[in-house]
This record gives sequence, structure tokens and C-alpha cells, in this order.
Amino acid sequence: MKRITGILTIVALTVLVAYTVFAPEHAPPSHMAELREQMKQKPSASVDHSLFPQLQRSFARPQDVTGTCISCHNHRHTEVMQSNHWNWEREEYIEGRGVVYIGKKNAVNNFCIGAMGNEQSCAKCHIGLGMTEEGFSYTDAENIDCLICHDQTDTYAKASEQGGAPDPSLDLGTIARNVGRPDRDNCGVCHFFGGGGNNVKHGDLEMAMFQGTRDVDVHMGIDGMDMSCIDCHTTENHNIAGKLYSLSSMNRNRATCEPCHTELPHDDEILNEHTLKVACQTCHIPTYAKVNATKTHWDWSTAGKLKDGEPYHVEDEDGNHTYLSTKGSFEWGTNLQPEYQWFNGTASHYLLGDTVPPGTERIVLNELHGSYADEDSKIHPVKVHRAVQPYDPATGMLIMPKLYGDAAGDSAFWTDFDWKNASRAGMEHAGLPFSGEVAFIETEMNWPVNHMVATKENTVQCIECHTREDGRLAGLTDFYLPGRDYSPVVETGGAAILLLSFLGVVIHAGVRIGASRRRKNGAAS
Amino acid sequence: MITNTVYVYRAFERFWHWSQALLIMFLALTGFEIHGSITFFGFEDAVAYHNVAAYALIILIVFAIFWHLTTGEWRQYIPSLTHVRAYMNYYVFGIFRNEPHPTRKTVLTKLNPLQKLVYFGLKTLIIPGMLITGLLYIFYRYPQRHGIEALNIESLEIIAVLHTAGAFLLLGFLIVHLYLMTTGESVFSNLRAMLTGYEQLHEEEEDQDVNIVIVSAPTTEKQS
Repeated sequence: MKRITGILTIVALTVLVAYTVFAPEHAPPSHMAELREQMKQKPSASVDHSLFPQLQRSFARPQDVTGTCISCHNHRHTEVMQSNHWNWEREEYIEGRGVVYIGKKNAVNNFCIGAMGNEQSCAKCHIGLGMTEEGFSYTDAENIDCLICHDQTDTYAKASEQGGAPDPSLDLGTIARNVGRPDRDNCGVCHFFGGGGNNVKHGDLEMAMFQGTRDVDVHMGIDGMDMSCIDCHTTENHNIAGKLYSLSSMNRNRATCEPCHTELPHDDEILNEHTLKVACQTCHIPTYAKVNATKTHWDWSTAGKLKDGEPYHVEDEDGNHTYLSTKGSFEWGTNLQPEYQWFNGTASHYLLGDTVPPGTERIVLNELHGSYADEDSKIHPVKVHRAVQPYDPATGMLIMPKLYGDAAGDSAFWTDFDWKNASRAGMEHAGLPFSGEVAFIETEMNWPVNHMVATKENTVQCIECHTREDGRLAGLTDFYLPGRDYSPVVETGGAAILLLSFLGVVIHAGVRIGASRRRKNGAAS
Repeated sequence: MITNTVYVYRAFERFWHWSQALLIMFLALTGFEIHGSITFFGFEDAVAYHNVAAYALIILIVFAIFWHLTTGEWRQYIPSLTHVRAYMNYYVFGIFRNEPHPTRKTVLTKLNPLQKLVYFGLKTLIIPGMLITGLLYIFYRYPQRHGIEALNIESLEIIAVLHTAGAFLLLGFLIVHLYLMTTGESVFSNLRAMLTGYEQLHEEEEDQDVNIVIVSAPTTEKQS
């Protein structure tokens, strides 16, 4: 009887253990299949603009196109004029600072430093027309540039340094008759070229994504779901979800993965648990700048060198500028591994006119807030763009120099190469003091990485973070990470226990064997 | 000296001992890989295997507790300081002079006083400690995930460090245990007994002067 009970127990245990080990995997959720099906349904236009009588004409001025748009869409312009695409600023609340208006008008970056004083040129990426150096009429609806976002001929383009006006050779009538839902060409024409060249600023948004494969971005791959920007950056009444933390401070209106993928998207519970502290992007975007290089470092302090009195440039083997007399020295990178920071969706900003105390070594222009202890924070991948840029050591302010000028001699740095004059003119334009002294200071700008999502097979593997040496998260030390961290006391004590146990055993065994031999020898003799 | 072949370790006991031994060694292997000390399966698989083995061990422990309670075998582990000094003397001196063990092993006292102390510590401190810290390691995120702020465990650090410390102690135990296995009547007698269940034990004599502290005999036990 006892034997039978014993055998039964053993069988039962074996079955239990086997079940635990070989338990059938949960059927893969049909959720992804549903999403795929949903994304395959591409929206079709509800109207054909080429048939509207209002558009059967030619347009002398781009403003005339806008006026014609508004004659039918007679409320849309009010939506646009509330958008930050139009206003170039947002109302933001920053802890410790209060309500501020942040935008290209007062933010300082560490690329071309800022738009102030260079509006004519920067307006190439504003959705308005008629930008002037004195500023811009933000109340004139006719200056909305509808076509830059809605053109479907892929021919509409803004001219350089014309205050946002289109290339005068374009046939605006044809373009106006071919408008529709913005696709990635409309967004990409500006957002892929932030910083004045392909992929310069973001690193994860570039022209390879016009026609990229799943290897570049799993969502946008033309060999896959072929999703457009606004599939994720959902838009209602011209309010587009998503924003960039170089210019925003509050945790609102973000484009996130969860609306489609849910908060617990994995089959594996351990992976799901990671989502409490780790943003999707951290594992699903192992590298950025996958095709073309992005700028990683900009040293303004070397700018202004001339060869035979003329400005010159140097290129690397890929054709990226490594030196420009007008701008200084650049460093570039491809297939970059992001840096990682705790981020709770809020940020603070260095704004034009802010002062830093003497002795400051480095200014972080947009500090991302967060920590392990903050339950709203998650680990995010970030492209950190580092620079050395002009600063006034007497006032403690970063300098907004006048860079672009119409003619030589109007003190613009890009034509005259004189830091003092350019700084004086730029700061005067901004209404800020300038001591006459130009120094250079290190700055950092944080660009959260959100695009170039990898295919499932290429996601970050456990060991890339859970490792003792040089893991991806080596820089985040405010929490215990299994596989990386340990208690030195326990580690040393544990090793001592093992070593002493082993030595004790060896010595004891040695003495035993010796004693036994002696006994035998004694017995033999 | 008269010896008898006695059935000392019953089927479940042996199954429990060996499967626990295998599981603990496997848990050490996968655990120290998770800890970053070694590389074998790869981190992801090591975590998966470690968790499966942990659940298997928990199930085994539940069965073992049931068995110990129903058979009364738990009494074997009640520690006592009697004869502890004799045993310490034995392992430090007597064993080298081929002296007999200070007490005799019988079915009712399988463990010598030192073993009782050590196993009692294992069963009441180390194993429960590993179980608790291990389960916390797996589940410490549950309260936060389900919005129970009061139960939030802010940091894994204490849990993980205690779990690691326990692992080192268990490994140390394993090393010594494997060696002490050879200190039975002969080098392999203990191993053989734990494999087959049978061991040559000295017949109990009337004049045992240094004998076991008799604990009340398990009532359900009737040895054939």
C-alpha cells in the first residue's frame, strides 16, 4: 500500500513539474492581427477637389489659394491658427517657473541656436506665408499655408529665405486641385530635414523613411503596413497628437504606442512588467540613424576660419560636412545606440535670456525630468546632441547671434564672420543685453527617440541591459538592476564562504586520507 | 559488531532529496547567471528556467511538508545541543583516529546532533527565506501594477541582495554536504543509502552509553 502511495506521489509530482515546464503557450493574441487588418484599410478621399468649380482657375499668390480653401472650409482656419504649427509656441507650465510660452521664438537650441533674427530663412518650415524679419501677422488667416500639408502632387515646395512663400515657378492651380489627407511626404518635407539637412536634428526621422522598408521602421515600411505619420499622430480639428521635447514641457497630447498596442502587449508576463518602468521605445528602438547619419556634435567655437579670405568646408567620405567656416565643426553618426534617461513626460527649458551662474560647465537646454522613484517615469531612449556654443560670460546668457544677413557688412556671422558684431546684433534684436565678450560653453540637448522602431527580431535583448559591464543602462544608477547590480558585501562574503567551505573540505579530506594511510602503514608494520 | 540491513530512507524521502538536490543545483546555475556571475543559458532563458524550477521546488516543498507532518518525520529535525560537543570533537579529532561516530544512526534518529542543527537552520531560515525573497522577486511589481499604493515595494535591492546571500549560503552548504557524505561508516555508505534506501546499521545494544536523544517515535511508522 505504502509503495503504491509512494509511486502515485512521484507520478503526480512528475506530471505537475512536466506541466509547468511544458505548459502550452497561450495562443498568440489576435490583437496584432486585428491591428494589421485595421491598418491595411487605407482611407480614401471623400471628395475629389479637382471637380470643384472654385478651383478651376489659376492663382497668382499663395494667399489666394488659402482664401479659396477658407471659402468652403470656413472654420478650419480657426483651428489651424490655434495650433502650434501656426503659432510656433505653446503655453506650458514648468515646475518652479510657472506658465511660460515656449516656441521657436524664445527657445534656444544647440544647432543653429534659434530662429530669432533668422525668421526669413526659418519660415521655410513654418506653415505660414509672408514671414518678415519684424515678425509675422499671426492673425491673418490668408497667411496659412494649406498646401504645405495637403498637397498630394508632391511638387509643392517653399522657396529658400522667402518668408515661407512657395517656389514662384509652381502652378498653384494644379496643386490646389490635388489636395488631400496629409501623407508622410507632407510631414517629411519639413520634419525629416530639421536643422537644415536630412536627419540633422532628430536622428530617427529622415528621408530614407519616404520609401523605407520594415528594417528602417516597422510601421512605415513600404513592404509592410506602410503606415503614414498621422496614423499614430492622430489628428482632430488640426490638433495633432505628439510633440517634441525640445520645445514642450508638459505631459499632454503625446503620441504613444498604447492606444494601439495596449499597456500590456506581451505574451510574457515578465516583459509586461517591464512596461511599468521601461518605455516601449527603449527595447523596440535599439539603434537610430539607421540609414543616413545624424549630427551628434556641433562646435561653434571653431567657426569663422577662412582660406585665402574665403569661407570653406570639409566633408567626410559620406559627404557630411565636418567643417564649415559659417558654422564650425560637426560630428556625425549612423546606427547609433541611444542614451537612456528617466522621463516622466515633463521637461524644463533654457529660454532665451536665462542666466546661468558663473562657473557653469554645461547647460542642458531641455532637461527631461524623471527618476526611478517617480512612478510616472519610464526609461526612455534619447539622442543627446552636444555642442559648444557662444555665450556671454559677463551676463551668463547664451548668445543668439545674428547668423543670416542679406548682404555683407550687416553684421550677420555667415557673411561677416565676426562673433562680436553678430552677437551684438542678435542680442539687440532679441532685446537682451550683451557685454561685448564672447566665450563658448558646452550645451546638451535631449531628443527622445521615438521612430525607427525595429522588427520584433531586432528588439533589444535582455542581456544588453542585464549585464555587469557596459550595459545599455550603465548610466542609470538610481535603482537595482538584476544582472548588473550586486552588493559588494554579499559578493565578497559569499565568495569567502564558498572558498572557506572548499578549503575546509580539502584540508579535512587531506588529513583524513593521511591519517588513514598512516594507520594502514602502522597496521602493516 | 552486529549490523543489520535497515530500510532507512523511503521512496518519497529519496525522491524528495534527489529532486530537491537537482532543483537547487539548477536554481544555483540559472540564478547565478541572472546575477551576472556566469553565462550559460543566456539571460532570458535563465530567467524562464529559474522561475519554472522555483515553482517546481515550491510544489515539492509542499509535498515534503505534508509528508513530514503525516509521517511524524519532522521530529527528526528538532535540534538539541546534547552531544554537539562530542560531534565537534569527532569531526576535528576522532574521525582522523578512526573512532566510531559518537552516536548511532537508527531509523528513528537519522540525523546526528550537528546535522539536526544545520538542517533545522536550513528548513526554518534559509529555505523559507529563499522562498519569500524569491516570491517577492517575482511578484513585487503586482501591487503597483494593480494600483495598490500601500503595498508598493519601492526597490528590488533588499529582496535581491537577501536572495543572493541565501544562494551563497546554500552553495556553501552544498559543498560541505557533498563532502560530509563521505564520512559515513564507509566512504560510499551514505550515498548508497540515499540511493537505495537501505543502510547497514549497528544493531541497537542495551548498553548504549552515548546514544541518541530519543524523541517520541513516529506513531505511523512500523518498519518492516
